[in-house]
Amino acid sequence: MKIVTVIRRVPDAEARVRVEGDDVVLTGAAWVLDGMDEYGVEEALRLRESGIDAEIVALAVGPDATEEALRTALAMGADRARLLTTDAAPDPLTTARMLAAAIQEEEADLVLVGGKQADWDSAALGPALAETLGWPVADWTTSLAVDGDTLQCVHDADVGNEALAMPLPAVVTTQQGLNDPRYPTLPNIMKAKRKELRAEPAPDASASVRTVSRTVEQRERRRTLIEGDPREGAHAIVSLLREAGA
Amino acid sequence: MSGAERGPVLVWVDVVGTEPTRGALQAIDAARRLAAAAGTHVHGVAAGEDAQVAARYLPTVHRIDALPDGHDARVRAWHASLDGTGATMFVVAGTRTALAVAPRVAVRAGGAYLEEAVTLTVEDGQVVAERLTQLQRVTERLVAEATSAVVTVKVGAFAEAEPAEELGSVEVLDVVADERDRRVTVRPHEGGSGAAVALEEADVVVAGGRGLGSAEAFDTLVIPLAERLGGAVGATRAVVDAEWRPYGEQIGQTGKTVAPTVYLALGISGAVQHMSGMNRSRWIVAINADADAPIFQQCDVGVINDVHAVVPELMKALEER
Ligand SMILES: Cc1cc2nc3c(=O)[nH]c(=O)nc-3n(C[C@H](O)[C@H](O)[C@H](O)COP(=O)(O)OP(=O)(O)OC[C@H]3O[C@@H](n4cnc5c(N)ncnc54)[C@H](O)[C@@H]3O)c2cc1C
Ligand SMILES: Nc1ncnc2c1ncn2[C@@H]1O[C@H](COP(=O)(O)O)[C@@H](O)[C@H]1O
Repeated sequence: MKIVTVIRRVPDAEARVRVEGDDVVLTGAAWVLDGMDEYGVEEALRLRESGIDAEIVALAVGPDATEEALRTALAMGADRARLLTTDAAPDPLTTARMLAAAIQEEEADLVLVGGKQADWDSAALGPALAETLGWPVADWTTSLAVDGDTLQCVHDADVGNEALAMPLPAVVTTQQGLNDPRYPTLPNIMKAKRKELRAEPAPDASASVRTVSRTVEQRERRRTLIEGDPREGAHAIVSLLREAGA
Repeated sequence: MSGAERGPVLVWVDVVGTEPTRGALQAIDAARRLAAAAGTHVHGVAAGEDAQVAARYLPTVHRIDALPDGHDARVRAWHASLDGTGATMFVVAGTRTALAVAPRVAVRAGGAYLEEAVTLTVEDGQVVAERLTQLQRVTERLVAEATSAVVTVKVGAFAEAEPAEELGSVEVLDVVADERDRRVTVRPHEGGSGAAVALEEADVVVAGGRGLGSAEAFDTLVIPLAERLGGAVGATRAVVDAEWRPYGEQIGQTGKTVAPTVYLALGISGAVQHMSGMNRSRWIVAINADADAPIFQQCDVGVINDVHAVVPELMKALEER
């Protein structure tokens, strides 16, 4: 079978966020493979290691520099990578349309997508991609197994969790708890440099959502700090609870 | 586009027991604001008997019966409600289910998707929303440049709507599920959390971090305090990784997002990934032994002390009040 694992390049959380004009400026950001996507790459590798004959393709939409994140996926063990390059910052639905063409071309059986993208704070990409492809989707997946043409998974619902079964091809969105992503070893990082990474321009797709401005969210807090007698601290908390009506 | 061409604003209403969920009440408030800005009115959409409850809040409610389980049928129903009423705006609370269903409805309708809106209005006939990105640190203003707009509303961002003066009317909306809507089979699975109060719905959240020192400290400090305040228990990832608490209680980037009236953080350092799940709480209280803990930069009341000393005093002070 063919497994496509969709990845994104995101700034690591330690970066300081500023806005200049309408652009987000991330000072000192290290750009990394999104942690949520690591679960997808790892799960693809585990499916193969469980005895399923699978080719694993890492696929991304983004600027040229996304190659680095794709190399990380290759170093974890993906077989080859494809980058649909664009310097525009397409929204999740537009990104889904860009990805869908490549996924159809690959004739993928299973597509793994990060459950939430750290830069967008969005959970839309996986479901939007499934709908664009006309495939079923399992969201917030915590375990999965392939049984012939059927995908079995457990996912988190609003309350508790559910077991899902669906026919392949399908899209799965990942989350923490699905697995423990491996770290690329040095020999694998070296090997990854020689693996195929094909870059081509992303297909044109017009967005239906336009960002008109950005500001840094700053909520003013009181910051009443109390040191010393724990009783004093306790009383300050009780006054706040009373004020809040809680 | 004028209000009339836009049709009504639709709002999906989930009900638990005999009341809309808090999320649904917030979505109704958001829909009312959007309708006021667009010069139109709000219609509810609800499943089966839930429609009667929704009619206490809304003048017209479209009732959808016999929905099969699963997301596919919901996509069908929500999309059909837009189609069947001439509406172009659909609003729903940003629950896990809605965050997975709503973008699909937008794709199917060829419309725009506005995810986890914190404000909502109409300018020059287009729906405009603000949402948070970059781990909830940046506010983006987005314009929906499509005929239809599907909106999920961020938990805690809007007020809870009050009932209307008059009971609304309920109309049945026929939705025919097809085979594709049954391709995913859904079964309940063992091991769901048995929390007394759902985390996202709670008015007070008492969350514990690694600073508590042990799983037992949750039983002796966090849980009794949460019970005393009628709140829910939350945890950091460090605590979930240590298996002191289940993943269902994790708050943050890779866990749940909450915005209660009061968030009490006990022994939590305040990492960006944690803060992104709770920084929209109305009030934040922190108890941490380290005066330099980042959480003290973003709290309303901070107690620089050992949790083991403060929480018993807090319980005592609560008994006295
Ligand atoms: C991709 C990614 C996703 C992540 N997602 C999440 C997420 O969803 N949620 C999340 O929470 N984290 C998440 N994290 C982890 C996050 O970065 C932090 O590691 C985590 O939040 C720290 O948890 P903590 O505050 O309990 O522990 P610590 O950072 O170890 O803090 C413990 C605090 O307790 C204080 N303390 C110690 N003893 C006492 C005492 N006796 N009394 C009072 N205070 C005391 C200390 O001063 C310290 O500030 C994520 C990380 C990554 C990389
Ligand atoms: N790349 C990553 N993706 C997801 N979680 C991570 C990653 N790196 C570290 N963590 C988690 O972040 C917390 C702190 O990690 P560490 O500082 O590496 O011990 C732990 O809960 C780790 O599980």
